[in-house]
Formats: sequence, structure tokens, C-alpha cells
Amino acid sequence: MPLARQRALWGLVFLTPWFIGFLAFQLLPIVSTIFLSFTDYSATKEFTFGNFNMVGLDNYARLFKDPILIQAMGVTIKFTLVAVPLGLVVPLLFAVLVNSKHLLGANLFRTLFFLPTIIPVVASVMIFQGVLNAQSGWINLSLKALGIEGPRWLSDPNWAGFALNLLGVWAVGNGMLILLAGLQGVPTDIYEAATIDGANGLQRFLRITIPMISPIIFYNVTLGLINSLQFFVAALLIGGRNGDPQGSTMFYNLHFYRQAFVFNDMGYASALALLLFVIVMILTAIMFGVGQRVVYYAGGES
Amino acid sequence: MATISQAQPIASVEAASRRSARLRRASSTTLVTLLGLAVMLIFLLPIGYMITTAFKDDTQLSAQNAPLYPAKIATYAYQGKDLPLYNMPTSAGTVQWALVHPYREDSDFIDPAHPEKGIFNWKGRWRVLDPVYQIQPTFDNFTNAAQNGAWEQIDFPLLFRNTLLIAIISTIGTLISCILVAYGFARFRVPGKNILFIILISTIVLPPQATIIPLYILFTKLGWTGSWLPLLVPAFFANAYDVFLLRQYFMGIPKELDEAAMLDGANPLQTLIRVIIPQAVPAITAVTLFHFFFTWNDYFAPLVYLVGHENLFPISVGIAKFVGSFSQFPGRAMATAVMTVLLPALLFFFAQRQFMQGIVLTGVDK
Repeated sequence: MPLARQRALWGLVFLTPWFIGFLAFQLLPIVSTIFLSFTDYSATKEFTFGNFNMVGLDNYARLFKDPILIQAMGVTIKFTLVAVPLGLVVPLLFAVLVNSKHLLGANLFRTLFFLPTIIPVVASVMIFQGVLNAQSGWINLSLKALGIEGPRWLSDPNWAGFALNLLGVWAVGNGMLILLAGLQGVPTDIYEAATIDGANGLQRFLRITIPMISPIIFYNVTLGLINSLQFFVAALLIGGRNGDPQGSTMFYNLHFYRQAFVFNDMGYASALALLLFVIVMILTAIMFGVGQRVVYYAGGES
Repeated sequence: MATISQAQPIASVEAASRRSARLRRASSTTLVTLLGLAVMLIFLLPIGYMITTAFKDDTQLSAQNAPLYPAKIATYAYQGKDLPLYNMPTSAGTVQWALVHPYREDSDFIDPAHPEKGIFNWKGRWRVLDPVYQIQPTFDNFTNAAQNGAWEQIDFPLLFRNTLLIAIISTIGTLISCILVAYGFARFRVPGKNILFIILISTIVLPPQATIIPLYILFTKLGWTGSWLPLLVPAFFANAYDVFLLRQYFMGIPKELDEAAMLDGANPLQTLIRVIIPQAVPAITAVTLFHFFFTWNDYFAPLVYLVGHENLFPISVGIAKFVGSFSQFPGRAMATAVMTVLLPALLFFFAQRQFMQGIVLTGVDK
């Protein structure tokens, strides 16, 4: 056998685990979800033919007259509109800070900024229940010291969503590290040239740093957007299955989880899952389209 | 003479400008570091809350004017009794008196500085007085001592063992499969490789909800629900995120090293084990930790697949019931949080240098 074919064969062998995983745990399940979305299958019965009916587009028609779905979309969009900018700005500022040559103990700072990211969400939720407690929580105690009366974060429907945003922004470690990797990849001679031309720190940041790391910023924003749309575990833990207080934490995926695993309505839940899938795919495609125009690529492929 | 007297001022100007540059650098270092410390203080406030509360008595949390650190009311032993001490404002400044008999509008006190004077009566409400606090962490929230201590309510050793086993097995599966797949993508000319790689990357954005219902049905059919298999088996078939990270790192390893091994007669698998893996320790550490933390953290999959099987629960699902009773027993909840965080935090601190290197050097494909 020629060497090239032999190498290709080896390559295929190495890729096999992913082929199997992709087919068994991703591709076939998605196709099955599409099939299930045309049925009225309920998880209370065993999955065999005869235990469910084909209902055509009924589940999709139901999407348009589901009041909780509209509420859930509102909650999710509101959360996302706060989470995406926060999830870009906070890790970027942290990355710039720990990348600064003026920071003493930068390594310790990196480690400590990353620390909350490894805290399991159940533990984070309990910690934030305490910190955001209206009377004894440290946030409201600090606000009180400044003469501000803090809100009842977790029991006030106007604030519960934002409280979850705070919880989400606590885990910015991954974003910070990826952006830090980008910052360290910017060639220093560009900064030196700009300094000689008289550019100040802010100008260098806006005219050099941001464009140079724009692909990573786009990657972060895209992932942040997609993750925000799927956010719900902390909401389930804090607000329970009903999205308390008053449905203010009824996220899209909480609605999905209820339909599928509380009400066992797998047919309708499949339609909900596919709607989310389509939304995510469209948004990803849009982000890529925008990225192609705006992002700077070293080497100038764009 | 003349040349020296001319050179002198130039040298001192240079020295002065060097000194001012050093001064400027020192002042920006101070400024940036102080700013960093301030941001860090706010950012890690919740961790401070967690640790202090875990060692506090629940009564301290509801007490007015109690200190933020774990403390108990100081006592004074008098006639075989431990009497609580209170700060008493007097004309001679604040003194500490021990409360012997509390009444409504007046109370009996004793002055520890002058016990020979005996018990005396004080007109005033003792409830408005501030107790004397002394630092004293309690371990009751961790142990059985408190009526609602964490150990009493959950079988923490079992939860811990379950979580550790799930995390270790699934991390091993992820490492084996992702290293193989990443090596395949990094080093071999497979037909259609670019398209395959794009498909792999696009699965990063695939919402798990789009697949979980059929998987749940499948795993139920196989009799796997109510066991760890749905959590463990998929880990052995690679995931896009970790493959991507490893592949980026592998691509940065010089190909000459592979070729040298090949010339020595090593086959591709031997090359992977002898050349690539030893070169990629930082990236492998990063993936190990990422996946370990992910599994330690995971709540949704065990919730769905292990429902009703409490003896198989990992920590995340096992302690979730404390979320609901937080307002009653905050100390217990925080003690549990501390126990949950401890192992990942220790791992992270020990491996952080390799971990940071693995991520920061790998970077993201531009």
C-alpha cells in the first residue's frame, strides 16, 4: 500500500471515536427529535409504535398560542441582552488587567479571577442566595453603607433576572483566558511603532488591541450569545419549576425542561427544542456573516 | 577640566531622566496593582461570604451589629456559670459587664474587673446593649453537632465518592478519545478532512436540548437510565471543544519530531505516545481540568438520568435540596458549598501553571 493511503487509513482510525459519537449522540438524535416533533409521544408510556400518534404540525401550531413560550422568550431575551455585553466587557477588562506589565503578581490575579469559574453552579446559587439576601447579604449591606437601599434581589420579579446575570458574570474565567491568549498574541512592535507616532494608551487599545483580537472577541460574543439563550440551571435552582418569582425566571430552556421531563410531553418539547436549535443556527450564521465583514484577520484573507 | 565640567551636567540630566522614568514606572505599578486589588476584592466578595458563613453560628447571621467574621459572644465564668459579656457605655468610657439576670427594664450585672463588688442592678434595657464578640469559628455546620449539620442531612462521603468516580472515569474517556481525534485532525491527510473539521466545530454551538429527548428514550430502552452509563459512555466518543483545543496545540509541535520518530520505525500510534503526548502536557492538563470541572459541575444530565436513584447522585444533585432551605440554615448551605468547592479548588491551584500555559499558548485559531 502506498504510504499516503496508509497514512489516510491511520487518520481515519484516529477519527473513528468522533465519527461514532457524532452519529450516535448528535446526528441521529437530531433527526429523531425532528420525527418526535410530529408525534404526541408522552414519556409516561414506553416508546414503541402504537404508543403515540402522528399529529402532523399540531406541535408547531401550538408554539404560536403558548403564552408561557412568549413569556419565556421575553425572560431569555432580556437576560441575553444584559449577559452578552457583560460577558464581553468584564472578561476583556480582566484580561487587559492581568496582561498589564504594571501588575504585580499577575499570575495570582489570573488564578483568583478564574476561581469562581470552577465553583459548581449549585454552590454558586447558594452563595448568591446569601450575598444577595435583602437584609443580611453583603451586597445590600454595602449599598446601605453608601446610603442606598438595595432591592430584594431574588424575590422581586423586577430584579431576579438581573441577579441571575450577576451570577452568570461571576464565571468569566474562560472568556478571560481566551482573550488573554489573544492579547499575548498581538506583536509588540506594532505598539512600539504606535507609541513613536504619539498614540496614547487608550488610542493604542482602541486602534490596535481591539482590531487585532477582534476574531477572539467575535468568538466570545457568539459563544456568549448561544450560552445565554440556553441558560436555565441556576434559574431552576433558584426559582423552581415555575420560574418564581412570578415567572420572572421562566427561561426558554426551563420551559423546555418542564414540558419534557415534568409534564412528559416529549412531542411538544421536541418542537420547542428544534425552535431553539433553529434560532441558535440562524444567530450563529448571522454572527459569522457579520464577523467576515468586521473582523480583522492577520494575513489579510478577508 | 573644561570637558569634565561640561560632561557633568549632561550625565546628571540623564540620571535624572532615568530616575524619573523609574519613578513613573513604579507609580504606575502601584496604581495598577491597587486597582487590581480593589477589583479582586469586589469580585471575590461572595467567596469571603461563603467561607465566613460556613464557620458561623446561624444565630450570628440574624443578630444585629454582629461582626462579619465568625464570632461568638464572649463570656465570663462566675460561680460555675458562663455569663455573656456586654459593652456598657459609662462616664469612664465603655466597660465590659457580664449579664447575670436579664429583666425587661433593668438587669443584674457583674463587673469582671471588680468581681469582689458583687452583683449589682443596672437600670436600662439589656437588649439595646452590644454584646462583646470574640473570633471563634464553629465547625457545627460541617459536623453532626448542629442539629441540621450537613452530614446529618446528606450522605456526603457517598456523594463525594460518586462525583469523584463519575468525574475520573469520564475524564479518562474524554482524554483518550479527544487526544486520538485531535491527532487525526492535526497530522493526517484524510479525504474531506476540512469539511469534517467544520462539522466538528459547528457542534460546539449545538444546543444539548436538541438531542436530549431521543437520547433519554434510547438510554431508557437500553436500560441505562438509573445508572451512570448515560453520563460516562458519551465521554468516550470525543467532544468538539476539547478536540479543538488539543488539535491547536498539536499543530504547534514541530513535524520534524514526528518524522524523526517515524525514521526510527515508530508507527503513528507510537509516535503519538512517545512524541506528541509528552510535548503537549500543558494542553492535556488544560483539557483534563476543563472536563473534570465540567463533570463536577454538571447538574442537568445527572438530574435527568438519575432521577429517583439517590444512592447514585453526584454532589451537585445531592445538595440541591439545601438551596430551598437556605434562608433557614445558611451556615449549613455554605459549609456544603465549601466542601463541594474544596477538591476542584485544590486541583486548580496545584495545576494552574500548566493549565494557564495550555490555554494561553494554544490560543484560538485566528
